[in-house]
Amino acid sequence: MMDNHFQSCIPIQKEWDIVAARQQGRDFSKQIGFGAVDQARIATAISELARNIYLYAQKGAICFEYIEDMEHKGIKIIASDEGPGISDISRVMEDGYTTSGGLGAGLPGIKRLMDHFDIYSEEGKGTEVTIQKWLR
Amino acid sequence: MDKLLREIVLENSDHIVKKWLTEIDRKKADNYTVSISEELFESTNREFVNVIFSSVEKEGMLEDLHKFSERLIHLGWPLSYLTEGMQAFRRVTMNFILERSEEVDSQQFTEILEGVDQWIDPIVNFLVNEYSGNWENTVSIQRMALQELSAPLIPVMEGITIMPLVGTIDTERAKLIMENLLDGVIKHNAEVVLMDITGVPVVDTMVAHHIIQAAEAVRLIGASCILVGIRPEIAQTIVNLGIDLSNFPTKSSLQKGFRSALEITGRRVVNVGEEDDVENILDSLGKE
Repeated sequence: MMDNHFQSCIPIQKEWDIVAARQQGRDFSKQIGFGAVDQARIATAISELARNIYLYAQKGAICFEYIEDMEHKGIKIIASDEGPGISDISRVMEDGYTTSGGLGAGLPGIKRLMDHFDIYSEEGKGTEVTIQKWLR
Repeated sequence: MDKLLREIVLENSDHIVKKWLTEIDRKKADNYTVSISEELFESTNREFVNVIFSSVEKEGMLEDLHKFSERLIHLGWPLSYLTEGMQAFRRVTMNFILERSEEVDSQQFTEILEGVDQWIDPIVNFLVNEYSGNWENTVSIQRMALQELSAPLIPVMEGITIMPLVGTIDTERAKLIMENLLDGVIKHNAEVVLMDITGVPVVDTMVAHHIIQAAEAVRLIGASCILVGIRPEIAQTIVNLGIDLSNFPTKSSLQKGFRSALEITGRRVVNVGEEDDVENILDSLGKE
């Protein structure tokens, strides 16, 4: 039986922690009952979030939570760091905007991969991104 | 004082050994040693305690200890067995000495404590170092092995080369992929490179970015790159992420990629007979 409120966090400090977070997310989503495509979506979203932490904040954590409402169950993932923060959130949500020479598809891409996307950031304090995916 | 303590302990080694063995035996029940047979456990315990005594006696002669720990590492015994054994030894020895002395003031107590620590700590440090040294060694060997596996390039036919990628791609590996790809294209004089990502579990923007860059670099040196082995779920996430791969050719399987590579190099698969069917060879290539 699944514990209804299981939550676990993976600290992100090294590049290989990204792999650990992704693996954990994949295992969780499999446990909840997501199919292969959604598992890949969730793992990819986690990979993006974890890489953002590793690249821009150096240190942070990815937390997983099992969520449930009347009809569905799902997964909630919170990526938080105490990095430099994002000064203009609307710009990072634009496709193709990048400060690191990447593709600039990270955050807007995550939004398209998931059902719910929420970002909160304060300059100099850090960033917290919350994403959710419901099982249909 | 230290010498006196040492004498007490060595003279009464039988007694201490007996107590230590009961203490260790109690530990056996709750953990790690489930898979170890009774006899082996007992003989190892005896050996361990002899090694401890011989290093106490010889004051830091660590030859026996080295042999012993090397053997345990080889057999895969957990480090916790050794550290718990040493803790038990410290407890038993302290108790024994304190029982023996009639009246102990705090000054003497500290001295006894220090004395015992002086024998035991070097042994513990030595064991921990041996173990962690062994782990570090293993990790670096594995890292080397992984690096050798990380970006192989296989020339399958004149002008056609395949790079099968299996596992996670991190920045270090992405660099290797690029280098090997370019070196290989020059070395094998390849016209077409097939990059197979069937075994890559996740394609996020970073991985995609590196693949795009590698393909672009291959194009610059005059060859073309075909991305093959894109699984359906990976295709969907790439589209969701909004990654633009329209600039270079992709194919679902290595088999299809190989066919177009043949076309590019001006060749074609022709049936010559039923036993020696090139189509079959291609089919089996695709299944692998």
